[in-house]
Amino acid sequence: MASDAPIPAAQAERAGAANLFAAPLAVLMRLIDRPMQVLQRLIGERRMAYVFLLPNLVFFSLFVFLPLIINFVFSVTGGAGLFPSERPYVGAQQYAYLFDCGSFLDPSSCREDHFWRGVSNTARFTVFQVTAMVLFSLLTAVVLNMKIKARGFFRAVYFFPVLLSPVVVALTWKWILQRDGLLNAAITSLGGERILFLVDPSWAMFWIVFVSIWAHMGFYTLILLAGLQAIPADLYEAAEMDATPRWRVFWRITLPLLWPNMIVVIVLALIRGVQTFDEVFVLTGGGPGTATLMVVHYIYETAFANQVQNFGLAAAASVVLGVVLFALTLAQLAASRRKGAA
Amino acid sequence: MHSKHWISALALTAGLVIGGLAQAQTTVRIAWYSDGNEGEVITDLLKRFEAQNKDIKVVLDQVPYKAITENLPVQLASGQGPDIARVVDLGGIARYALDLRPHLKDAAYWEKNFGPFLPWMRPEGDTKAITGFMTQLTVTGPFVNKTLFEQAGIALPGAKATWEDWGKAARDVAAKVQAPFPLAMDRSGHRFFSVAVSEGAKVFDAKGEPAVIDDGFKRGAKLVYDWHQNGVMKKELWGSVSGTAYRGANDEFKNAQVVMYQSGSWQIAQFDKTVGDAFDWIAVPSPCGAGGCSGMPGGAGLVAIKTTKSPEAVAKVMEYLASEPVLSEFYARSLFVPGHLGIAAKGLDYQGASAPAKAALKVFSDQVAQLSPVAYQLQGYTSNRVIFNAVISRLGQAISGEGNLDEAYKRIESDIAQQIAERKK
Repeated sequence: MASDAPIPAAQAERAGAANLFAAPLAVLMRLIDRPMQVLQRLIGERRMAYVFLLPNLVFFSLFVFLPLIINFVFSVTGGAGLFPSERPYVGAQQYAYLFDCGSFLDPSSCREDHFWRGVSNTARFTVFQVTAMVLFSLLTAVVLNMKIKARGFFRAVYFFPVLLSPVVVALTWKWILQRDGLLNAAITSLGGERILFLVDPSWAMFWIVFVSIWAHMGFYTLILLAGLQAIPADLYEAAEMDATPRWRVFWRITLPLLWPNMIVVIVLALIRGVQTFDEVFVLTGGGPGTATLMVVHYIYETAFANQVQNFGLAAAASVVLGVVLFALTLAQLAASRRKGAA
Repeated sequence: MHSKHWISALALTAGLVIGGLAQAQTTVRIAWYSDGNEGEVITDLLKRFEAQNKDIKVVLDQVPYKAITENLPVQLASGQGPDIARVVDLGGIARYALDLRPHLKDAAYWEKNFGPFLPWMRPEGDTKAITGFMTQLTVTGPFVNKTLFEQAGIALPGAKATWEDWGKAARDVAAKVQAPFPLAMDRSGHRFFSVAVSEGAKVFDAKGEPAVIDDGFKRGAKLVYDWHQNGVMKKELWGSVSGTAYRGANDEFKNAQVVMYQSGSWQIAQFDKTVGDAFDWIAVPSPCGAGGCSGMPGGAGLVAIKTTKSPEAVAKVMEYLASEPVLSEFYARSLFVPGHLGIAAKGLDYQGASAPAKAALKVFSDQVAQLSPVAYQLQGYTSNRVIFNAVISRLGQAISGEGNLDEAYKRIESDIAQQIAERKK
């Protein structure tokens, strides 16, 4: 019956366009079908999975494993040459430079003091930022999960900064925070003293944490919101029937069931925190002095900003950073498994 | 249907012919950054070149300054760079430069007119190569907001005034007119050394090796450090960022927030355009110190790159741009101090410039004769950016309160030694 009805012109055009792409695809599939059947007979059905994984593995190797290996090769070479063939082998010398310290707690006693200032700043930034980020994201997600007015609007508002480029975020906040910025204009119009937010080391650290949370909180809120919505409503109904206090409901039902999402948020925020560069680079340039200099900024400066581009030392610092990130991720995963088993 | 086929066949043939002709053209790529309007001027000049040389197409890639200082060296090291580049790190790029002599019609013209600047663009140890020419000769020096001095009722310090005199005058003016920045200096090693050399810094030992920390350097560093402590200079430039980051105060000067701005001749075109008649601005001769009254020479050179596949075409473009009439027009329209001795001797008529811009250009041109030999030696040193970067990074730390000057001196020495050793590996 339906096939007898006339097909609208637009629909027919779309179908024509689809056929245009589908036809060559079908020919291609028919062409590879025969060799695939032969291959399956040769290696067996179970091993065919590897054949399908191969293209992805090739790309992954090319763009992840190979750069990792090249980075490691650079870290055991010296000089200013670009290609490994132009660089003399120096063994662990770059690592020895990085770890040549009187005291690891006093960066000024280290040969590469900027690296250790970067490590110290990154550690402080990550601790403050991840803690605050998780707390604010959780709080926001819980509020946005309630039946409040204009819930959709507020969800969009909190997510909007995630869509902005980090450079745009940093420049916007720089405009707000600078000497003659919006915030100082407000302070002075209320009779207060102008504050040089980006010149005072404590303020600078506070603002990079704040801006980072403002820019990325929406993403983590979204993950937690999805987790909250997946918690079965009957558990809450049962708790309500038992007249369980709200804080106990949160502590005994919401938080344990949200834990897998919390782990994802913590791991992602931690990795992003340790890798922080773009926003801080634009907002404070690592200053004042080296008060907001991060490890990735140090790597960038060492590799590219100096006249003698020290790729070897920068690569060694990257390897150290990679090892720390790997260890942190493993620790987080282990913690989540223990929690899951419990 | 038949006529349609004929039209298609004709179009295809025409396309192939045009494509073939296009392929016969040699393409020359230039990487170019601009401080002012020089990008527009060079575009005009290159259009004229292309009209005269149909076999050469010139592509001008206009890039930010940072791309020239940070990305270009990596591109060149990988052999993927442009054919010609406008660079400021002349010594650093020199090892990638093409010796144009075999391709030039008149190498003597280059020796005669660019002679003193050619060594800046030569690879280490090479005493003869001709690799490019200066698109501008720059001299560092201060700009002064004359209107603020007049409003404050304070006289401008005289021609031989010291850095201390200027610092005091700028502070007094700022206090009277409530200007936030009495004295501002670009966060740049190059700018700092105009103070240090004037204070007697020698920079090199008798063998020509870097020996940066001496009494003259310390006098200059202490002056800048003290200015930050007593409010003559604000920490927004030198103390607000880390490492080798450059910071300028052009915007603050344009907004009449700076009494005295230590920068250089390349700012003239920009100030001429943006300040207009908002206030009176002037350039003044370099202030003096124990070692003289020297600024730092410098500039941007247009350098041919040796990985080019078309050295003949590159030489043709370079010869055209370096020719006296073309270069005269370029300097005059861009308001640049000429880096061509013949043009400098004849004098340039900066027709499009306002009276303050013309006066500033004269002040900077006159300063060339006052430059210290140490300043020339430092500018010609191939690893000069190693020295500049170490100074801004470590002095910046001391200014922002991380350690003191003595610690900064030690770090400057070790940073320079480490980087030069790395380059020699």
